[in-house]
Amino acid sequence: MAHDQHNYLNHQKGIWSWLTTLDHKRIGIMYFVAIMSFFFLGGVFALLVRAELFTPGKTLFSADVYNRMMTYHGAIMVFMVIVPGIPAIFGNFVLPIMIGAKDVAFPRLNLMSWYMLMIGAAITGSTLFMQNVDTGWTFYTPYSSIKTGLGVIPMVLGVFIIGFSSILTGLNFIVTTHKLRAPGMTMNRIPLMVWALYSTAILQVLATPVLAITLLLLIAEKTLGVGIFDPQLGGDPVLFQHFFWFYSHPAVYIMILPAMGVISELVATFSRKTIFGYTAIAYSSLAIAGVSFLVWGHHMFVSGQSEFAGILFSFITMLVGVPTAIKLFNWIATMYKGSIRMDSPMLFALGFMFLFTIGGLTGVYLASTGMDVHFHDTYFVVAHFHYVMVGGTLMALMGALIYWFPKVTGKLYNDTIGRISWVFIFSGFNVTFFPQFILGNMGMPRRYYDYLPTFTELNQMSTFGSWLIGTGFLVGLFGVILALLKGKEAGMNPFGGKTLEWTIPSPPPHENFEKTPVLTGGPYEYR
Amino acid sequence: MNWFSFIPATSFMPVPATKESGDVDNLYIFLLVSGLISFIILIGGMVIFIFKYRRKTEDQKSAYITHNTLAEFLWSFIPFVIMMVIFAWGWDVFHDLRKVGEKGDVEVHVTARQWAWTFKYANGIEINSPTGDKLEPNLPDSTLLKPETVVVPLGKTIRFVLTSDDVLHSFYVPAFRNKMDAVPGRRTTFTFTPIEKGDFTVFCTEYCGTKHSNMMATIRVVDSEQFAAWQAAEIGKKAGAADAGPAQRGEALFKGSLGCSGCHSIDGSRIVGPSFKGLYGNKRDFADGSSVVADDAYIKQSILVPTAKVVAGFPPAMSSFQGRIKEEEIKDIIEFIKTLK
Ligand code: HEM
Ligand SMILES: [Cu+2]
Repeated sequence: MAHDQHNYLNHQKGIWSWLTTLDHKRIGIMYFVAIMSFFFLGGVFALLVRAELFTPGKTLFSADVYNRMMTYHGAIMVFMVIVPGIPAIFGNFVLPIMIGAKDVAFPRLNLMSWYMLMIGAAITGSTLFMQNVDTGWTFYTPYSSIKTGLGVIPMVLGVFIIGFSSILTGLNFIVTTHKLRAPGMTMNRIPLMVWALYSTAILQVLATPVLAITLLLLIAEKTLGVGIFDPQLGGDPVLFQHFFWFYSHPAVYIMILPAMGVISELVATFSRKTIFGYTAIAYSSLAIAGVSFLVWGHHMFVSGQSEFAGILFSFITMLVGVPTAIKLFNWIATMYKGSIRMDSPMLFALGFMFLFTIGGLTGVYLASTGMDVHFHDTYFVVAHFHYVMVGGTLMALMGALIYWFPKVTGKLYNDTIGRISWVFIFSGFNVTFFPQFILGNMGMPRRYYDYLPTFTELNQMSTFGSWLIGTGFLVGLFGVILALLKGKEAGMNPFGGKTLEWTIPSPPPHENFEKTPVLTGGPYEYR
Repeated sequence: MNWFSFIPATSFMPVPATKESGDVDNLYIFLLVSGLISFIILIGGMVIFIFKYRRKTEDQKSAYITHNTLAEFLWSFIPFVIMMVIFAWGWDVFHDLRKVGEKGDVEVHVTARQWAWTFKYANGIEINSPTGDKLEPNLPDSTLLKPETVVVPLGKTIRFVLTSDDVLHSFYVPAFRNKMDAVPGRRTTFTFTPIEKGDFTVFCTEYCGTKHSNMMATIRVVDSEQFAAWQAAEIGKKAGAADAGPAQRGEALFKGSLGCSGCHSIDGSRIVGPSFKGLYGNKRDFADGSSVVADDAYIKQSILVPTAKVVAGFPPAMSSFQGRIKEEEIKDIIEFIKTLK
C-alpha cells in the first residue's frame, strides 16, 4: 500500500517543505499547479475572445478591451503555458528517472527556475490591473515602442524573466542528460522523450537569450528613446521582427519537440512494440533543432525584406518539413504489427497525429512564398499554428498527464473520463479551428475585432467549438480531482511501459532508485 | 486559367481578379491535392493499423521490427522532392506577384496611417479611405466604416508605392492574392494587373491598434474610358471644392483626404479621439491636469503636435500631420470646427 510506504510525497510534510524542496519530482508538481493556473487564465481569455467574435460589430466588449484580451490570451498561452509546459512539468518529473538518476544535475537551480517563472508571471500579470497591453503577443515595433501605453514595459520585463527560467531549465537538462545517466545507458539507449527534451534544451539555451536582448532593446527604446526600431530616430522597424523571430521560430519547436517525445513514448507503450526507427526519430529532433535557427524569415515574406531573402528562407523552411514528416511516418510504422490498446493516453496520441498532420501540411502552404503572400496574417495562419501548437502540444500534454498520473500519484486516472474529455477536446478543436482555414481562404485577416457580415457563420461555428474544448478540459480537470480522491491503486507499471520509471514504485521513493540500475539494452525492447 | 477548374477547390476564395492570382490558385490546388493525398496515406494508415492490430488478448505479442532502410529512404526522399517542387513553384509565383523593379502604367502613392489609407495619383487626385459613414448602417453594432473607392483601369500594370506615417500596416487584397506591408521610413511596392472589372476590398493585415479591423478601402476596376472619365470628374470636384467657402473646404478635408473623421466624430459621440462638437471656444481638460479654452492656436497645435496636450481620458494615439497639411488647410478646418456648435 502506498501510504505506509516511504515515498517522495510523504518524505517531508508541510507547505514549506514544498516551497523549498530540491526534489525534481516535487518541482514538477509545483510547475503543474502553476502552469495549469496560467492555462486556466489563458483559456478564459480565449473563450472571451471567441465570444466577442460571435457576431460582427460589438458583441460584448469595445475594440480596446478586445485587443487586450487577444494580447493576454496569446502572451499567456505562449510564454507561460506552451513553452514551459511539457518540459517543466513532465521533463522535470520523468527525465532524471528515465535515465536512472537520483535528481537533475543542479537541484537548486531547478527550484530557482520555478521561482523565476513565478516572478516573471507575476510581473506580466500585474499589467492586467495597472496598464493593459494591446500589442499582440509579438510586440511588433513601432506600435509597441511609440504608439501604445507604458504597460508594455512590465509586460516584456516579465517575459524576459520567464525566458531566464527557460534557459536555466534547459541548461539543467543538458547537463543532467550528459552527466547523470546510469551505467550502460549510452546516448543511443536513452528514451526518445529524453532525446526530445535534450534537443529542446539546446534550443532554449541558444535561442532564448536573443529574445531577452530584443526585449531589453524594446524597453530601452521606450524609456530612453534610443533609435533602434523607430524610423523617426533613424532606426529600422523591421529589425525587431528579425530579432523576434530569431527566437520565436525556434520557440515553436521548443513547444512541439517535447510533445513529440511524449508521443514516441505513448505510441511504443500502447502498441507494445519497439519504436520504429529510433535513430531517425532521435536525430531528426536534433536536425529540427539545428535547422530551425535558419528559417525565421518565413514570418516576414511580405515585410519588405528582399525577394531573394524570401526565397532563401522558403527553401530552408522546406528542409525542416522533412524531419517533421519522418517522425510521423515512424510513429505510424511503430503501430504496424503492434498490439494496440486504445486507452485514453493513446487516444490523445492518435489525436495528436491527426491534428499535427493537418498543422504540418498547412505549414508547407505557408512555407511556399507565392502562396503565403495570400495567407500571411489571415485566419489561415491562426488555424495553422493552433493545429500544431494546441492540437499538437496540448493533446500531448493531456496524454502525458493521464499516462504518468499513476506514476506521479500512485492512483489510476479513470479511463472513461479520459475518453470523454478526449471526445470533447478533439471534436471541439476541429469545430473551432477548421473553419478558420476557410476564413483565411476568404481573406479574413487575423487580430480583427470586427468583420464583414460574410464571415459570420464560420466565426459562429468557431465560437461554438471553443465551448466544446472548454468543456473537454473541465472534464479532464474533474478526472484529476476524482482520481486524487478516489483513484484505484496503480501499482508499479499499469500500462506495460519499458522505460526506467516503470521499474520503481508509484509514487517513487524520494531518491528514485534503491539501487542504481544498469542498462543492457535499448529503451523499448518488446520482444 | 485554372486547370482542374472542375474541382471547386478555390470556391472559398474570392474570384481571382488579376493576372497573377490565377497562378496562385493553381499552386493552391496542387497543394490541396498533394496535401490531401499525404493526409490520406498517413491518417489512413494509422486508422487501418488501429483496427487491424488491436490488442485482442492480454498476452498478445507484437512483431520486433527496428527499422527498414528502404522504407525510410523513400519516405524521406519523396516528401523532399515534393517540397522542392512546391518551393520552386512558390518562388515562380512570388516573383510574378512582386514584379521587382518593374514600372507600372499607373502609379499611385499609398500612405497608411492609423486607421486610413491615402491614395495619391500622379495628377494630384487624392483619395482617403475610409469615410466617416458606417459600412452597415442597418447593423447597429458595426464599427466598420464605409471604404472610399479608388479607381484603376483594366488590363494595365498598376503599381502602388506604399509607406506608412506611423506604425506597420499591411495592404491586402484577397481577390488579388497579394499583400505587402506598409513600413514607416521605407517604400515597398504592390503591383498587379487587373483582369476582372468590379469592386475589390482592401484590408489591413498587420495589427496596428484599436481600429485595425476597419482600415479598409475599395479598389474599383473599370475600363480605360471610364477611368479617364473618373479622373476628369475627380479633378473637377477638386476645382469645385476650391471655389467653395472655407468651412465647406474644411469639411471636405475632415471627411475626405485627411481622414480626421476616422477618429473624431462631429455629433458628440466618442470614437477613438474626442468629438469636435462644441469644441471651439470651450474649455478642454488635459491628462496632465492643465486646461485651456480651445482657440485657433490650440487646434493648430493639436494638428501639428498632437502629443503636446492630450485630452483627459483619451490615449495619445494621434500622429502628427506635420508636412502633410498646408497652412490654408488648417485654417479651413478651423472654420469647419467653428460651425460645429
Ligand atoms: C512543428 C510544429 C510547428 C509549430 C509549433 C508551428 C508554429 C507556428 C506558429 C506559432 C506560427 C505563427 C506565428 C505568428 O505569426 O504568430 C507559425 C507560422 C508559420 N509556420 Fe508553423 N509551426 C509548425 C510547423 C510548421 C511546418 C512543418 C512548416 C513548413 C514546412 C511551417 C511553416 C510556417 C510558416 C511559413 C509560418 C508563417 C506563416 C505566416 O505568418 O504567413 N510550420 N507556425
Ligand atoms: Cu493597419
